[in-house]
Amino acid sequence: MLPSELTVEQFSPYPPEAKRTAADNIGLLRQLPLAFAPLLLRELIVYDWKFPAERNELEDQLAYLRSLAAPELRRVMAPFAGLTLSPQLERFDWVTLPGQFSESLTAHLWATHQVDGFRTAAVEYMARVRAAAPHRPAPIPRLGIVIIGQGVETNRYPLFRRLRAHGIYYTRVHPVGALAALLGAVADRASAHQVPYGHWYIDGGELAGPCRGAACVSWSGLARARQTLLDRMGRAMNSGTGSEALRTMLAQMDPSELGMRSAREDAVLSRFEMTLLTEGSGTQMYSTTFVQWAAREALRRAQPVTLLARFAPRLRELSLGELISEKHDTPALDPMGSLIDGDMGAWYTWLNQQRLSGADQSRFLVWFEDHSEALAIAPALKPGVVSEPVEMKDLLARVA
Amino acid sequence: MSHLTSAVERGTLIETGPDSVFGNSLTGSPREIASRISRTRREFLRLATGATAVAPAVFGFGPERKGGTSRNRKVVVVTFGGGARDDETFTPEGQENIPHLLQEIAPRSTFFSQVVNRGILGHYVATASLATGVYETFNNFAAVPPDHPTVFEYFRKDLRRPAFDAWVVAPSNGFNRIGESGNRSYGPGLGAGVILPKRLLAAALSNSGDRTRYEHLLRDNYETPLYAPELGGNELQLGEIADILKLSVSDFTAHARSLRSADELSVYIARQLMRQLAPSLLWITLHDIDVAHAGAYSLYIEGIQRSDRLCAEIWRMIQSEPQYAGRTTMFILPDFGRDSDSDAGGNGFQHHRTGDPLSRTTWMLALGAGARENFVVDRPVESTDLVPTLGALFGFSARFSQGKPLPELS
Repeated sequence: MLPSELTVEQFSPYPPEAKRTAADNIGLLRQLPLAFAPLLLRELIVYDWKFPAERNELEDQLAYLRSLAAPELRRVMAPFAGLTLSPQLERFDWVTLPGQFSESLTAHLWATHQVDGFRTAAVEYMARVRAAAPHRPAPIPRLGIVIIGQGVETNRYPLFRRLRAHGIYYTRVHPVGALAALLGAVADRASAHQVPYGHWYIDGGELAGPCRGAACVSWSGLARARQTLLDRMGRAMNSGTGSEALRTMLAQMDPSELGMRSAREDAVLSRFEMTLLTEGSGTQMYSTTFVQWAAREALRRAQPVTLLARFAPRLRELSLGELISEKHDTPALDPMGSLIDGDMGAWYTWLNQQRLSGADQSRFLVWFEDHSEALAIAPALKPGVVSEPVEMKDLLARVA
Repeated sequence: MSHLTSAVERGTLIETGPDSVFGNSLTGSPREIASRISRTRREFLRLATGATAVAPAVFGFGPERKGGTSRNRKVVVVTFGGGARDDETFTPEGQENIPHLLQEIAPRSTFFSQVVNRGILGHYVATASLATGVYETFNNFAAVPPDHPTVFEYFRKDLRRPAFDAWVVAPSNGFNRIGESGNRSYGPGLGAGVILPKRLLAAALSNSGDRTRYEHLLRDNYETPLYAPELGGNELQLGEIADILKLSVSDFTAHARSLRSADELSVYIARQLMRQLAPSLLWITLHDIDVAHAGAYSLYIEGIQRSDRLCAEIWRMIQSEPQYAGRTTMFILPDFGRDSDSDAGGNGFQHHRTGDPLSRTTWMLALGAGARENFVVDRPVESTDLVPTLGALFGFSARFSQGKPLPELS
């Protein structure tokens, strides 16, 4: 089926808000090429579970496309319309299953050496969309906080190497009370600037305090969901389910199937947590991967003004010899490896924060938990090293 | 759909956030970026090994090691299934992870600093493309043979070599079909023997107990951990391998228990092959680095460090085995790179999904017979050039290959 044949009735399986938005834009959707329309529907079908910032972006994009006169729309869409698709893709039920269509399209683009052309077209298209979108400044300068190294007693790994060129490296931070000060800073900002999904606290272990006005996600809090998911995946593999079918099963999963928090509590956050586990790679196995990916996805999707990500020790990787050992000890933790994971995670978190609006005003702080090393980035802080004693609350004040 | 930008490895159009330009981002055309990546590698290698730049295309005047005759020449190819980025290898910050490559291997090598892979960035299909010299387009996650003749088939059919003269040692994920193609002029019976050490290990352990207990060993596809490969192809079974390698099952499992990783097991098997059969064409695919897909940076670094050590170990094996010393050319190359930190479509080192220049541009080291020492080739070459180059060394025609022989090797 081609997009020109779309009818409103075909959106009946969509959730309410998605159905309404699709129906409101059916005239536009009918004008889009097959290599493009399903990708737009892939975003639209999950409209009901999108964060406010994502909804704004989707609305901006639809507004941009609607604003184009027919010849201009054809010109903008020409690179996508020029891609050669297979008859199988044309027969695909892409209205109901746009995500699966996207996977098949991707495989087709790689196999037919069209993926680079698609990539170029997509980059150019998104540049146009961004240029046309209204400017939405952050209500306050963004603050990212990353805490790494929990459980490490002594360390010789040089921390913050990638970040040092961008901020001040503090070597004598007083660790007592520092964690409480950082958690308090998140709560204070959430209280002072009430932005839906604007403040986040992600923990690779147990939450260290109550969620006061922040969206909170933790590795421990999702333990049951992770185990349920791993059990289901294991059963599916042992029953001979192919990886394609398994991916489809994961894509269609509902949070309630994993015993996650009631959809009535916060359907958007529940869905977000579920996708961290069903779409993330390694997020089911390693808490450090979970925290890095959760922070990346929270920044990319919710575009918060405050984010605190605290890494905790992940499980140690077993050697081949241990894997085939007759006796299995309780899995041990790997604090030192986790410190290195967290150090890289801090770099990626800063990079992802800098991809959001207001990057030139954003602030960032990373601290080696229970130790004296930290690094702070803020417009007023010139890169360098400070070796005088400093309390965390004072450091926060310098960053603010 | 603010995240249309970018694409993928096989099944997913990865979502991408707004692209910002950072101080460390790579901007320019893909050709410019690839060239810049190459220049960085070249400069670093020059500083690290003392090679001297004398020309824009090639530099260094190391002595050329005489190649053996085509008849007695041997080749060992080592690929990294799971590329390592420059950030963790050939930049000043990364050098701590590859001491063996820098100090033992590179000074003896011709270094191709700009090897571009224009194919699909999935490990099985990309390794198959390296082995055929054609950018294969089959599903990376299907246990299918390559469509085009492999280097093993050219080698055996054209040169009338026996079956024991070409071998592949590879991880479990689908590589059991890499030994021979589906091409009607070549195909069954003309390819390489394929050994999947982890599958052998699982079989050996299962002999004495629960078959399902060790199946987790076979789930080594970090790109899609859900994928368990199908059986089939020219993969040899436990009893045959034990006979060929003159290795008892109990010795094999006992040795495996002392190892850190699957790649160490692969190198152990490769050593047995070299000692017992001395194949003229031996292809080893390492895979530990691909643990990066699990997202733990420290494990990715450990994988690089182990691969670095194992490459040196293989080179020393070559030097110590009379059948190989002085007549062997060794090639070391990643199948492709990994995503850059600056591409918002990816997640840095974790994947190779964006198709950005960093994930497509990699390097190759060639050392031993026929390779100049301490010599750098800076011009762009393609990963499909490997097979016709092996053809030129051995004296067969890789007639279906899309690549060209590399004239810097003879």
